[in-house]
Formats: sequence, structure tokens, C-alpha cells
Amino acid sequence: MNSTWSRFNISSIVLGFAFLYLPIVLLIVFSFNESKLVTVWGGFSTKWYVSLFHNQGLMDATWVTARVGVISATVATVLGTLAAITLTRYTRFRGRVLFSGMVFAPLVMPEVITGLSLLLLFVAVGLDRGFVTVTLAHITFTMCFVAVVVQSRLVSFDRSLEEAAMDLGAPPVKTFFQITLPVILPAIISGWMLAFTLSLDDLVIASFTSGPGATTLPMKIYSQVRLGVTPEINAACTILIAVVAIGVIIASIANKRREVQRQLDEQAAQRG
Amino acid sequence: MKSLGSIRRDFAPWNDPNAKPYIQFDRVTKKFGDFIAVNNLSLTIFEREFFALLGASGCGKSTLLRMLAGFEEPSAGRILLDGQDLRGIPPYKRPVNMMFQSYALFPHMTVEKNIAFGLKQEGMPGADIEKRVAEMLKLVKLEQFAKRKPHQLSGGQRQRVALARSVAKRPKVLLLDEPLGALDKKLREETQFELMDLQQELGLTFVVVTHDQEEAMTMADRIAIMDKGEVMQVATPAEIYEAPTSRFVAHFVGNVNMFEGKVAERTASTTRITGATGAQIVVDNGGAAAAGSDIIFAIRPEKIKVSSKKPADAVNALEGEVYDVAYLGDMTVYHIKLDDGQIVRASALNASRITEDPLTWNDRAWVSFRPDAGVVLTR
Repeated sequence: MNSTWSRFNISSIVLGFAFLYLPIVLLIVFSFNESKLVTVWGGFSTKWYVSLFHNQGLMDATWVTARVGVISATVATVLGTLAAITLTRYTRFRGRVLFSGMVFAPLVMPEVITGLSLLLLFVAVGLDRGFVTVTLAHITFTMCFVAVVVQSRLVSFDRSLEEAAMDLGAPPVKTFFQITLPVILPAIISGWMLAFTLSLDDLVIASFTSGPGATTLPMKIYSQVRLGVTPEINAACTILIAVVAIGVIIASIANKRREVQRQLDEQAAQRG
Repeated sequence: MKSLGSIRRDFAPWNDPNAKPYIQFDRVTKKFGDFIAVNNLSLTIFEREFFALLGASGCGKSTLLRMLAGFEEPSAGRILLDGQDLRGIPPYKRPVNMMFQSYALFPHMTVEKNIAFGLKQEGMPGADIEKRVAEMLKLVKLEQFAKRKPHQLSGGQRQRVALARSVAKRPKVLLLDEPLGALDKKLREETQFELMDLQQELGLTFVVVTHDQEEAMTMADRIAIMDKGEVMQVATPAEIYEAPTSRFVAHFVGNVNMFEGKVAERTASTTRITGATGAQIVVDNGGAAAAGSDIIFAIRPEKIKVSSKKPADAVNALEGEVYDVAYLGDMTVYHIKLDDGQIVRASALNASRITEDPLTWNDRAWVSFRPDAGVVLTR
């Protein structure tokens, strides 16, 4: 492979990263803007962060988003894991292909359609739109993502582990909780985190299915932006970016460490 | 005190008509859809026996083992263990344990916890579990690895953990699925003997599945050769090798020369065979072959002597030409092309360092063998 830093390579990288990150950098920079005008730099200040925490509307929306995220991600993880287990284990029932297609269809379904159909359903059954309906909607669309993540782990899961546990005297339920679950737990956790993140930044489906008193953070930000971007919103977004970035960094460092440790262990084991 | 070897020599319950069978496969058939994995198979295994199921992959040997463990139910027939019909008993209630080919060690548990797993399911008190685990670790010489996780062990150590875990519950029968398949050659040979010692020490019945004939020959008291879901022959390693009852078995175990022919004459003590290409062969024992019937005469390469002149006293001597010579150090393998066109494989032990009269390519040569050196096969 050619690894020289040609002029072409450098400009490709600069352009590519600029395209990806310039908007975000701009947003972060302007969140520390003294001026009330978003596009005019008026000196460094953190006052928007302070005022952010006094903005009751934004704080309420953050709280709603967090609750919706945790509850929907948890329920979606349970349902998605069950779906993944059924689809990988019981491979011989009738209509399995149809079922797996139906579980994974929401992955490619346009959000507008998911949102609209859920709205129609909630209206039809007379469920008042609010916290419950947003949460239900988020469970619906994040479940398939969990199922995909968990299923990919289950496919490579060595079934003889379960057979060994049963052979040693553990009934099926005990085998599941003592062997299967601990082994696939990392995939379940990533599934949960994916579902939580998806719920966190969903705007379209939440707009369709939410009601008064259950405004999520993306909805709140979007509606405020329509009245004009304030540096407060910039600050809120910067915090959001920071939270996500820290999460990703911690996860990848932990992963890397585990990997390195594993390699060291294996080398040590080979040496005897 | 008797050595383990002599105990093994005296151990032959299969020759005792009063011996009680321990494991019985009674006309067992197993189908997967249209595929017949095991076909109307009957087999008897005795207590404390080291029994090997030997066959190529797909012959049904693993299915047989999995039915004994309870992971598969027979489509027809019964499996009895110590007189008890195993039908409907789930794997977690059977008094058999299995050592898996992949070892199936629980990756999230330490070596200790892996070994203790089965004991915990039994509800054994904590102090007893600790004692038993320590005993098992000592048995497989892994005391200092108790706190390690499986991925921190080498292949050979993992194999020993798997073994310790499967014998920790003192099962009546231990099933081993290709127990040495994942080890390298040297380690495999050492471990074969360890397994045999362990089986004697614990007094367990071992049923081992393998595709490696050397492994089966070394370890087992008796071997069942399987093909296409059926048992071709059940016998001791020596009988399997020296007295195969079919072409398949003769061919499957070791190297063999086969002569096609007809029984020309049969008397009480000798059978004269005319080969398809004219060779005349006289053998002691014609088995079940009647005069005039088509048979196969099978003879192992090491039972054939190669010489440059016709041996004076040989009953069976055939002339040909040296077609190929392979010097392997401990022995030399000759391929002799007989004058009738058949190629015969003969191996000679290199007992002395210098051979007078060495045979080489294109030399004229004679192959000779005693009348009791081979077997006559009718199928």
C-alpha cells in the first residue's frame, strides 16, 4: 500500500473532515459567544451555559427525553433479544422468513410512515398522545435494531456451551440465565445503547406521537430554532455532543484495553 | 499388584455370555428429515469398557453419542443404560457426561467455576464442591491455573479443563467427542495415555467418538467401525486389524492389498484361490467362502516379504518388478508390479543398517507370504 503523504491525499483528508465536522465545530465555537447574535462573534463567554440550566422548558424536555430513552431502550432490548433468540434458534417453523423480514422491515421503513401509522393507531384506539405514546413508538422502532445486534452475536454463539450446561445438569431456564445470557450480554448492552441513542435523537416519530407535556429535547430544540437560533441552543447541543463523545470514547478505550489484555493473556497461555 | 496393562488384557466381558450389558442400543434408527443418520443399529457396551466409535465424518458416530447424551431422541428403537430405558429423559437428568469436541468451556467463568458448575447443579454443599474441584485440578495437573479464564489457557490446558469438568460429577458413563482432535500430534499421543490411565483410575465407562484410527487403536478395548449409519464390525483393535470381516473394514483400518478371485478348491485345512488375473494363492482359513464363490483376499503390506530370488520354501510366491521404493527410515515400502499387472504394496522393517541385496527400481522381485498371513473376505 502506498502510504506517502501526497498533496492529493492531504487535501482529500482535509476536505473530507471539514465537510463532516465544520458545522459541528462552528456550533461549539458559537456556543461560547458573548453576543446574542448567533453569527457575530462578540468575545468568549460561558453565560449561555448558565442560562441554559435556568431555561425550564429545555430542562423539562431533557428530562422527558432521558426517561423516554431509558424506558424504551430497556423494553426494546428485552423484546429485541427475545425476537433475536427465536429467529436464530427456532429455524424450522413455518413462515420464519416472513417473520424475520417483518422484524427487520422497520430498519428501512421511512420514519414518516412509521410515525404516521403509529399516530393513526393511537387515535384509533383512543390513546391520548403523551409520554406513553412516545415511549411505545420508540420501543417499536428501536426494537429491530436491538434484534439485529443481538442476532449477529447469537449466530456465532457456540451451541455446545448450552449443551454442556444441560449435560452437567442445568435445566433449560437455568442454562439460559447462567450461560447464554452472560455470554451474549455485551451484545445486549450495545443493543441497549444503540436503542437509547436512537430514541435520544429522534425527531420525526416523536413529533407524530407526542402530545402536550411530553416534548422531547429534539422537538424542543427544533421548535425554538424555528423562532430563531439562540446561543442557548448551541450550548445545549454542545453538551449533547460532549455526552455522546465521552460515551463513545470510554466505550472504545474499554474495548481496546480488553482486546490488548486478551492478546497478552493468550500469548502468555501459549508460552505455557 | 497387577499392572494396568494386565488388567486390560484380562478384561473381556464381551466374550462372557453371562456378562450384563451396560449400554445397549437396540435397533436404533435416527432420521433427520429424509437423511438416515443411524440405521437400525444394535450395539452393546460393557461396564468399565473403553469403547471407540470409529468412522469417517457423516457416518453417524456423533449422532449415536448425542443420542446417548440426550441431545437427540432416536426415531425408532431403544437405548438402555444399566437396564433403564433412556427415552424421554432430558440430558440434564441423565447419569452421563460429555466432553465436547470444542471443549465448550464457559468463557465467563474461571477454571474452578467451570469444574464446579455440574456439582452446583447437583446441590452439593460448598465445602464438598471445593474439595472435589481441588481433587479434579490435581488429577489434570492444573492446580496453579484455578483462577484463570479459558482464554488464558493453551489448547492442551483447555482440553484438560474440559476433561476435569466432565468427570467431576463421577458420571456412570463419560462420552468423549473427538477428545484429542484439536491438539497437535505430540500432545495428542501423550494425552492418549493420560486418558487411558484416567479411565482405569476412575473405573468409568468411556465411549469415545473419533475419526483417527490410530487413536482408537491405542486407547480402546473394543472398536466399532461405522459406515453410513451402520456398524460394520465390533472387535478388539487386534481383531479389527488382523481379522477384518469386510472389505470396508480392511480398507478403512491401515493399508491393505486386495486380490480379487474365486475359490478354486476347498479342503478342511486349505483353500486355494485363483486370482482374477491368474495368480494362485493358498490360504489356511477360507472363512465362510464356498468353492466357486467370488471372494477378496486381503493381506497387510507388512505380512508380505520381498526378495530378489524366489524363496525356496514359500507356499505363495508371485513374480513381478519393483515399481516404486519409498525409504521411510524405520521401514521401506515397496510397490511391486506383478506380471499380471496388479500392484502389491509390501513393507519391510529395516532391522539392520545395511541391507545386502538392496532392491531398486525395475529390478525383478518376488513377493511371498505365508498361508495364514491374510484373510478371505466374502463381502
